[in-house]
Amino acid sequence: MDDVAALLPLPPVTFHILLALADRDRHGYAIIQEVAERTGGELKLSAGTLYRSIHRMLEQGLVEEPRDRPAPEEDDERRRYYRITRFGIDTAKAEARRLEQLVKLARASGFARGKA
Amino acid sequence: MCIYRLLLRLYPASFRAEYGEEMCAVFASRRRGENAFVLWATAIYDVVTNAVRVHLDVLRQDLRVTLNGLRRAPAFSLTAVGVAALGMGATTAAFTLLNHVLIRPLPFPHAEQLVALYQKELTHGTPRTEATPPNFEDWRALNKTFSAMGAYVPTQIPINLSGQGEPVQLDGNMASVDLFAILEVHPAVGRGFTIEDERDGAPAVVLISNGLATTLFGGAAGAVGATVRLNHQPYVVIGVMPSGFTFPSRETDVWMPLRGMTPESWANRRNHILNVVARLRPGVPVHQSRLDMELIAQQLELAYPKDNAGVGVEVLPLRDVMSPQSRTLVIAVFAAALCLMLIACTNLANLLFARATARRHEFALRVAIGAGSERLIRQMLTESAVLAVAGSTLGMLLAVLAIPLLTILVPAALPIGATPEMDWRVLGFAALLTLATSIAFGVGPALRFSRHADYTTLRVRASAGGRSDRLRAALVVAEVVGTMVLLVSTGLLLKAMWRVQAVDPGFRTDGVLTMRTSLPVFIPHASRRDFYTRVLTETRALPGVSSAAYISFLPMTFGAGNLPLTVPGVTMAEELRAHTRFITPGYFKTLGIPLIEGRDVSDQDHPTAQPVAVISQLLARRIWPGQLAIGRQMTMVGIDWTIVGVVGDVAVRGPEQASLPQTYFPSDQLPPSLGFYAPKDLVVRASGDPAALAPVVRRIIHGVNPEQAISDVRLLEDLVASQAASRRAQLTVLATFAAIAFLLAAVGIYGLLSFTVTTRTQEVGIRLALGAARRDVLMMFVSQGVLLGAAGIVVAIPLAYAAARGMTSLLFGVQPGDPLIYAAAALLALLMTLTGSLRPALHAASVDPAITIRTE
Repeated sequence: MDDVAALLPLPPVTFHILLALADRDRHGYAIIQEVAERTGGELKLSAGTLYRSIHRMLEQGLVEEPRDRPAPEEDDERRRYYRITRFGIDTAKAEARRLEQLVKLARASGFARGKA
Repeated sequence: MCIYRLLLRLYPASFRAEYGEEMCAVFASRRRGENAFVLWATAIYDVVTNAVRVHLDVLRQDLRVTLNGLRRAPAFSLTAVGVAALGMGATTAAFTLLNHVLIRPLPFPHAEQLVALYQKELTHGTPRTEATPPNFEDWRALNKTFSAMGAYVPTQIPINLSGQGEPVQLDGNMASVDLFAILEVHPAVGRGFTIEDERDGAPAVVLISNGLATTLFGGAAGAVGATVRLNHQPYVVIGVMPSGFTFPSRETDVWMPLRGMTPESWANRRNHILNVVARLRPGVPVHQSRLDMELIAQQLELAYPKDNAGVGVEVLPLRDVMSPQSRTLVIAVFAAALCLMLIACTNLANLLFARATARRHEFALRVAIGAGSERLIRQMLTESAVLAVAGSTLGMLLAVLAIPLLTILVPAALPIGATPEMDWRVLGFAALLTLATSIAFGVGPALRFSRHADYTTLRVRASAGGRSDRLRAALVVAEVVGTMVLLVSTGLLLKAMWRVQAVDPGFRTDGVLTMRTSLPVFIPHASRRDFYTRVLTETRALPGVSSAAYISFLPMTFGAGNLPLTVPGVTMAEELRAHTRFITPGYFKTLGIPLIEGRDVSDQDHPTAQPVAVISQLLARRIWPGQLAIGRQMTMVGIDWTIVGVVGDVAVRGPEQASLPQTYFPSDQLPPSLGFYAPKDLVVRASGDPAALAPVVRRIIHGVNPEQAISDVRLLEDLVASQAASRRAQLTVLATFAAIAFLLAAVGIYGLLSFTVTTRTQEVGIRLALGAARRDVLMMFVSQGVLLGAAGIVVAIPLAYAAARGMTSLLFGVQPGDPLIYAAAALLALLMTLTGSLRPALHAASVDPAITIRTE
């Protein structure tokens, strides 16, 4: 499962989770909060959707559960943390490029504002 | 919180174990500061939708793993799919037949309301006979439970359709006006019968089947208004029945109005001629109509004590108008198929057990790295489901191929098509069967191995556990039981067929060519006589023909055609009846029926000469026991006949039914009222190959009368052999099932022992090293197989007996407990276990102790 192209286009939820994990490891509830914050409250992930996505992303190798725990003062022991993998980063970048291309095409057709 | 945990149970256990706590934590955080209703509504929606998706994800993953696994073990996969396909193919085909004959409604609207009515004359030993016209009229007028009642008469003189190319013979029926209305079927094109059509002197009209319209006119549209010549008379086609309409039997192609009966015969309460069909009023059950008809029968008995004494009424759903044998046969075939299915399932379970045992290591490993036992069960069930679906797909194909072979088991007495069709019931049955099968052979192994898959198996090398071995042994015993039951049933039917074939028909079957030429009933006597004389004279003159003659109906072609007779001065306890046949001279010689006393009919027995008769030995003994019959008189149809000869008895109704005694009269002395008995079957004895004579005889007949239709050209041998055709078919089906069962069970035993031998190689090696003889090792495994076989045989005997009792009506007097058959079946079953166990046992005995111990 290390063929980036085979995973594209990414489901929006997967992409958002990858974005939420870009800067640091987070546990499930933190991911939900982060996604909500980044989207201005537009996307509120449910627990079911989140963990189903996480389950699949773990199998696909996009995220992993780190062996090391966060700094003790930040660690909630009951929680499981998730970290984006190298492959996850590559995939997210590829997805971003794909979206960029799309926006370019949209601009050329006058469907989106900005320089084509 | 508890409720949320409960909700989470909708997820697969493995998923719950992984993320359950997390999800609870998220839910707990959410709970703060949210409206309770909104919170729960979203939570329930969220859990339900996502749980379904997770299940699908898991399924997809299991399927991938399963398909990969099966691809890696092609021998196992092919065997399993093949075994499943055999079982399901046989069962689906048998169910298609069962469905067609016993379950599917007849092809008429509200078919459950349709019944057939018969006269029940138990004092005469006839539970069902055709109704007489006056009784029919009374039933129709007096009943309160039927919305309509109609009748039909099969035209027993086949119809001579000429003018349209080669003359052909068709089966026809005279139907009362309302018959089609009762069936709620109307002509697809044209009109049905009206009261006007029934009047004597009305134009001759006819309804024809869609098939006939297509053959003659290229389609229904061109047929209406056309004229066809039936029996040399013009008939106008007024309508064409819809395609697929089969009534009363699938052979019927022509329907005519019910007319042409004299007022006397219509008023005769002993003229058993009408087949009665009625439609129950909506909501009236059959048993209520029985009570209704019972009362009417009692009234008629009082009103007409002379004719109606002891005459009851039998009301039978139209669906059930078939012989009990036909029904038993269809059920027996289905039961045999189920038996086969059981064996197939057992074999599959055994295969999966073996595979699971071999994969113990893999399972233990997966448990060790954290797979829950639930995941393992799911994985194994997916595997059995995939095998079952593949097997059932292949099985359906086998069934489609096999169904045409089963058409001979469809009773001709029912108004249904000859070929069983697959419908939604069959598909549903196949789906259920697939489900049941995959559970039957998948769950056992799955449960067992998930329970035992733990760390200990990682350390201990797989050695067959005692309990697992016992279970597999039980499965093998079940296979032997199923095989034994099928072998016994087949054996009993085989013996029954031998008995049927050993019945002496009373004539010599070899070297005789037969064919049917039906002359019109109403041609003048002289031209009829001229036809017989010319055809017979020219035929007898052919080289290779030793004799030839004509008779009303060949033996085994027509079971009825009997008339009552009386003897002056002799009173019998019960009414005497005899099969009545008119013949030309030479008939007895041609068929090789022995002339015991007196003479054959001769050319001197003119219409004006003294009426003479030849009777069969049984009749002579019954009327004049111990005395000479020649020269005595008997009265039949109002004529006094003098007996001039006594001949051997003939199995007129075939080998399986008791025949009445026989009377033969010269064809020249046929009374005008018995036109129906005019000779129509030609028999020719050849000194060489009788079949070679057929074209020449045909030419002779067409030389005499170019319009004459010729049908049923066949050898007497084939006619007699065809009597056993349905027996042969049922035997073939059962024997095939038994053979497959035999094979599967042998494979099952072989599989079990091979597996045991493999797991016990080390033990055998040690035994041999300690000085055990190879012969002892061989015996140890062989005796294990034989023991299983013996256990199966013991369990099977009462079951086989029960099955045999159920099909007594098919056994033609063979005892359901016939010891010889059971012994033979047991011997075969033992032989099968021996064959199955020999190779694995030999393999065990050839173990090299040095190598096995070293590898351990």
